Amino acid sequence: MNNLIEVENIKKNYHTLNGEIEALKDVSLEVKEGSFVSIVGTSGCGKSTLLNIIAGLEDKTSGQIKFKKDIKIGYMLQEDALLPWLTVLDNALLGLKITKEEDTEYVKYLLKTYGLEKFMDKYPKELSGGMKQRVALIRTLATKPDLLLLDEPFSALDYQSRLKVSNDVYNIIKKEKKTAIMITHDIAEAISLSEEVFLLSKSPAILKKHYDIIMKERSTPIKNRSLPEFSYYYDMIWRDIDEPI
Amino acid sequence: MSQSDFIKKYKRNKRFIKVMQFLILLSFIVIWQILSSTNVINSFIYSSPYNVFITIKNLAISKELFTHIFTTLSEIFISFVLGISLGLFIAILFYECPTLAKIFDPYLTVLNSLPKVALGPIIIIIFGANTKSIIIMALLINLIVSIISIYSGLKETDKVRLKMFDTFKATKWQKLKMLVLPSAYNSIIASLKLNISLTLIGVITGEFLVSKSGIGYLIIYGTQVFNLDLVISGIIILLVISYILYKGVILLEKILIKTY
Repeated sequence: MNNLIEVENIKKNYHTLNGEIEALKDVSLEVKEGSFVSIVGTSGCGKSTLLNIIAGLEDKTSGQIKFKKDIKIGYMLQEDALLPWLTVLDNALLGLKITKEEDTEYVKYLLKTYGLEKFMDKYPKELSGGMKQRVALIRTLATKPDLLLLDEPFSALDYQSRLKVSNDVYNIIKKEKKTAIMITHDIAEAISLSEEVFLLSKSPAILKKHYDIIMKERSTPIKNRSLPEFSYYYDMIWRDIDEPI
Repeated sequence: MSQSDFIKKYKRNKRFIKVMQFLILLSFIVIWQILSSTNVINSFIYSSPYNVFITIKNLAISKELFTHIFTTLSEIFISFVLGISLGLFIAILFYECPTLAKIFDPYLTVLNSLPKVALGPIIIIIFGANTKSIIIMALLINLIVSIISIYSGLKETDKVRLKMFDTFKATKWQKLKMLVLPSAYNSIIASLKLNISLTLIGVITGEFLVSKSGIGYLIIYGTQVFNLDLVISGIIILLVISYILYKGVILLEKILIKTY
């Protein structure tokens, strides 16, 4: 198996008192080891549901998910979800504390590497939004996941910090050689960060289209935005979103 | 207006309030004394500051005063601690089993709205005319409110943080210990203030019903033998105790509450 994870014909129905609701109709996708991919789609299309199913936080109705090996999955949420009563160091250690693999040295190393050394003993309220998001990423990275799931990780930030933080997060993920699946409704963000983009249809979702994002001079997300291929993919995905299935 | 003028004005206003507060108390005592000394009011019924002073002094000399205060305070302490710990325990149980909470919801609502004094006679029959009944009475009054306020504090735990714990496959116990309880910490501390007032009501009600000692007993006994000096002395002692306890809890809250 060449891919780290293969998602096959995932279907998800919810039960409510007003009847059954179809959230995901039929979604299949493959993610290569070491790649950064994005899943885009309009809000409410079932992106988060898909991510939750991959993470094992929700059950699927049918379909299957194959992993290359027994992999560890890390999850990064929309909000940093830091605990205000813990220091930055203790917050970054929280994941390991829960999984009972406390490794203070490794977490300190990560904080040091990603510019948070001076803030280890500070509390979250003393940090900027971007720094908090970095601590949240380190909390997840500390558990040494093989696959990172990013659930709209920058959507709580203002536009300016969004660009900068997405750049930071991308660099960290690449430096740590992690495979990542990000969901976002921001097409520009998806193109600038990913090597592949999966487009989901409106709910109940099916996989509408798949794009290999090929950029000759690919570099950091911010710089990618000014490459000629960027606007090419941007226009194409926008056009495809409105296209009927 | 300069900054120093502002501070001066602020301080002056604060001092004025303190002085006025003291003057109201002082004039109340003075007028009360004058009215009873000049027989405008019947001092047998309305007592007088002097009589109250003498009554309390005599109670103190015979050491009886301290026995009564000690009885009431220990009943308050036991009921307060029991109310908070049982309240916390039941609230956690409800939080962990929402179905249980839903089953008991109508019973809590009914019990909360029932004037608990009405249960007094039954409590005495079941538990006897002793301290146990007084504590049960106080618990009935403070427990329901403790459960409700702590439970709603636990329920306010941030949903995103709960999900974050799920992504690390945290157990229920880990979530409770590392997230839910620390999140609700401040609202639990805030419920102490409500609890102490209710405990006082409960204990004094209980003492009215059954006791052989305590401030509530002092007041009821005074009424029975028509010693109104004793009744009013009892009320004044109670006033001082409540004030000190309330201030104590506020101080405790200030020390314990955390700001992030």
